[in-house]
Amino acid sequence: MQGQAGIDYIPAEDRLVLSGGWDTCRLDGLDRRLEALQAELPASGAMRVDGARLERLDTAGALLLQRFLDGCRGRGLDCRLEGLSETHRGLLELVRRRCPREPLERAPVEPALAALGRSVWTGVGEFGHLLGFLGQLTGRLAATLIHPGRFRARAFLKELYAGGVAALPIVGLLSLLIGVVVAYQGAVQLRRYGADIFIVDLVTLSSVRELAPLIAAIIVAGRTGSAYAAQIGTMVVTEEVNALRTIGIPPMDLLVLPKLLALFLALPLLTLFADLASVLGGMFMAEALLDIDPRVFVERIPQAVSERSYLLGLSKAPVFAGIIAVVGCFQGFRVAGGADAVGRRTTVAVVHSIFLVILTDGLFSVLFSWLGI
Amino acid sequence: MNAPIRVRGLRTCFGRKCIHEGLGLEVRQGEVLGIMGGSGAGKTVLLHEMIMLRRPTAGCIELFGQDLERLSPGALNELRKRMGVMFQQGALLSSMDLLDNCALPLREHTRLTPGVVREVARLKLALVGLPVDAARKFPREISGGMLKRAAVARALALDPELLFLDEPTAGLDPVSAEGIDRLILDLKRDLGLTVVMVSHDLDSLWRVTDRVAFLGERRVLAVAPMAELAGNEHPAITAFLRGPRGRHARACR
Repeated sequence: MQGQAGIDYIPAEDRLVLSGGWDTCRLDGLDRRLEALQAELPASGAMRVDGARLERLDTAGALLLQRFLDGCRGRGLDCRLEGLSETHRGLLELVRRRCPREPLERAPVEPALAALGRSVWTGVGEFGHLLGFLGQLTGRLAATLIHPGRFRARAFLKELYAGGVAALPIVGLLSLLIGVVVAYQGAVQLRRYGADIFIVDLVTLSSVRELAPLIAAIIVAGRTGSAYAAQIGTMVVTEEVNALRTIGIPPMDLLVLPKLLALFLALPLLTLFADLASVLGGMFMAEALLDIDPRVFVERIPQAVSERSYLLGLSKAPVFAGIIAVVGCFQGFRVAGGADAVGRRTTVAVVHSIFLVILTDGLFSVLFSWLGI
Repeated sequence: MNAPIRVRGLRTCFGRKCIHEGLGLEVRQGEVLGIMGGSGAGKTVLLHEMIMLRRPTAGCIELFGQDLERLSPGALNELRKRMGVMFQQGALLSSMDLLDNCALPLREHTRLTPGVVREVARLKLALVGLPVDAARKFPREISGGMLKRAAVARALALDPELLFLDEPTAGLDPVSAEGIDRLILDLKRDLGLTVVMVSHDLDSLWRVTDRVAFLGERRVLAVAPMAELAGNEHPAITAFLRGPRGRHARACR
């Protein structure tokens, strides 16, 4: 077994003795030792550096040794190497020739104000790109309407399955739980006033108008929007998108339109499913906590939720679908570089689409109350 | 010194399809060994088995005299420090600049101070012939030839004894490919490396390798210096080396 890299100073003989293995894995501490030694050594005269007991030397070790020798010579101490094997001497010479002397430029750090300016400017640029993307998308949509034969039905069905059918279990489960939670919170309050039956109004109205569309949209944004961005982004990186262009297939036709239209159909259906599941959850809790018979619960629903409220809730879904598909696909196309960029853009896609979905939901509420519906 | 790599009785199967059957190969200390063979002959799979990315179905691979099957994960990690790998597309991490890419193995496996790590990483970048200002560039900002050089620099970070190269010259222009060839020869001479390279590039194989292992029919058909291999009468080998490209590459010697 070889020893740790070491260096010993023998003042009586004006000699430095190198020992052990000067290789990458055994160099720790040597750096500081060499620095301390620099201070110990006389500033002039001659010094013999004995490398006969050196067991191993690799480029990292040679680099440290070379730096040390340079340091000594810079201070006027004449160092002479002796006893070094032929290969070690060759390596040292190689390192001396190739070692970069220029100081390393620091990784550029932007001042805060410049960074702020850049991020605003990037944001403006991104918005411009988004408008361009929307324009192209509209153009391709119109072209497909004129020539419906060009529509990629197979891709559409695949997306419908991946984004819609495959999402049923998770949307159903979470909506059910939301229904349970809302009913539980409501039951505690309503019981105090003896207004037990209004649990139906609370659960169904809040689910159908607000919670179910929102939950469905948020799940789809996390599940499907991210998949869109990652898929298209990876295709950009591997030049598959360019390949499509050269074959003469507009990437929009194959990659975006089927996704957009599939989500237009899938999200309202998922919302419907979420409505059902959350009302079901509420119904269970109403029976468990307030002894409201499920039949009574169901009979009360038409009084609690008007047809209009129901349709208003459902009408938000296509809008959310458009946001999720457009944001996901847009971020995918904006990928440039490698794996790192795909990850970043996918994150942005999810964050932006959830933000926009909630913001739009708020705007809908304002709009509806303004219109008095 | 013993052979750094010894492969015996290797068998690799994917389901029912076997691509190696009783394959044996020995890599000698300090040589550049090329691995060539037709598409699907299992060159890359063999490479992956030697660098511990995949376990063979049966058989024995020894690195530095140690049987990979019998080693603990910790011991395997120790072995990994003694070898460097350059992947075909470079496989540099896109979120880091070249300096950090090179410094990554050093930060992970040694206890050197940050200053020394940076110095060593820069030296490695200089050793593979990259200009000084490349250190702060990101992988997406540099050309294919530079990318391969940077990948070699990262493979060399821990001063390995063994260097594996997967298609080092594939996809490069002749000038860059020539530069990589020279780099491999320089590294072998200066650092005493043992190099295993998978390649299709006949020019490069003629120039760089000491011996070439030709893979075919699920085993190594022949291991010999290129000049000798060119005289081999096996039909698969003659198809490779005496076709128009093979003759041309040889004529250029």
